[in-house]
Amino acid sequence: MSEVIVITSGKGGVGKTTTTANVGTGLAKLDKKVVLIDTDIGLRNLDVVMGLENRIVYNLVDVVEGNCRYKQALIKDKTYPNLFLLPSAQTKDKTSVTPEQMKKLVEELKKEFDYIILDCPAGIEQGFKNAIAAADRALIVTTPEVSAIRDADRIIGLLEANEIKRTDLIVNRIRMDMVKRGEMMSIEDVVEILAIDLIGAVPDDENIVISTNQGQPLVGDNSLAGRAYMNICKRVLGEEVEYLDLNDSGFFKKLSKIFKKSN
Amino acid sequence: MGLFDLFNKKKSSGDYAKDRLKLLLVSDRANCSPDIMEQIKNDIIEVISRYMEIDASGLDIQLTQTESDGGNGTVPALYANIPIKDMKTKAKPVK
Repeated sequence: MSEVIVITSGKGGVGKTTTTANVGTGLAKLDKKVVLIDTDIGLRNLDVVMGLENRIVYNLVDVVEGNCRYKQALIKDKTYPNLFLLPSAQTKDKTSVTPEQMKKLVEELKKEFDYIILDCPAGIEQGFKNAIAAADRALIVTTPEVSAIRDADRIIGLLEANEIKRTDLIVNRIRMDMVKRGEMMSIEDVVEILAIDLIGAVPDDENIVISTNQGQPLVGDNSLAGRAYMNICKRVLGEEVEYLDLNDSGFFKKLSKIFKKSN
Repeated sequence: MGLFDLFNKKKSSGDYAKDRLKLLLVSDRANCSPDIMEQIKNDIIEVISRYMEIDASGLDIQLTQTESDGGNGTVPALYANIPIKDMKTKAKPVK
C-alpha cells in the first residue's frame, strides 16, 4: 500500500525542501521505493538540494502536458537506486498544473512507489492546492518563531478542511541553548500551541548547510540533524523511536551540571 | 529576594512569544477580522446603551482563551470591558 505525503509549512524558508530531501532519502535508505515531486513551479529547488540539477531533461509540467511519459522525467538518485525525483519546471508558473492533473499523476505513481513525497511551495495559493490535492497525510514543518507558527496553524486548518487524514508536526531549527535561556519557544510550547502530533524535532545544525552545499542529504549520518531526520523517517513508517536528546553538546552539558551543583 | 530572582521576574522573550501567539491564533482561528470585531463592539454599545449610560470610547473587547468549566482544556471567550457612566433607572423602550 503506497502512501502520499505532502510536506508543507505555509511560511517560506522554514525547511520544507530540506525536510523533503532528507525524509525521502531516509525512507529510501530504509528500503522503500520513493519518488519526490517538487511542486514549486517556477522556483525549482529540490533538485539542487538533492544534487541532481544537472540531470534534468523533462519536468512536472512536461508530464502533465503530455510532452513525455512520467518515466522519462524521473531522475534516479546518485546513491539510492530506489529513490527518484520528479523536478519542477523553472520557466512556467503555478497555474500550469491543476489539482486534478496532480491527482491523476499521483494515482499512476502509486502503482510503482511505496512513498510519494510532495514538496509544497510556500503560500496557500494554487501551488499549495496542487500539492495537497493528492495527499493522504501531511508533515507540517515549522520553526519556533511566531510567524512560522502562525502560518502553520493556518495550514493545519486548511488541511483539515481538505480532509487530509493525518497531519504531523516537525519542529525545525530548534536551538536548545536559546530554549534553556528562555529566549526561544520550546518544542513542548510549539506542540501545545498547534495541538497536533509531533513526529520529530530537528536542531539548528550547521551540517545542514554543509550537506546542502554538497547536494547530499545528511539523513542517517552521525550529525544531530542526520539522526533526527532518520528518527522521523522511522516514525513515518510507524516505528516507535525515542526522542533524541538535542542537548548533544557534551561540553555545555557538563558545564550546566557544574552550575547546577554550585547553586 | 536575591539578585537572580529580580532577573527572573522579567518575562523571557520565549514566554512572550508564546503568549502573543496564543492570543493571535484565537482570533485567527475564529476568522474574526478587525471589521467584525468593530461591528460586534458597535452592536454591544447599542444594546447596553438601551439600559445604561456607558463610556463608548473606553469600551474594550477582545477574544481570549479561558479554562472551560467542563475542565477539558481552554476554550475561546469574548472578553468585554464596558465602563458604565450612569445606571439609568428606567429602560428605554425598544423601537
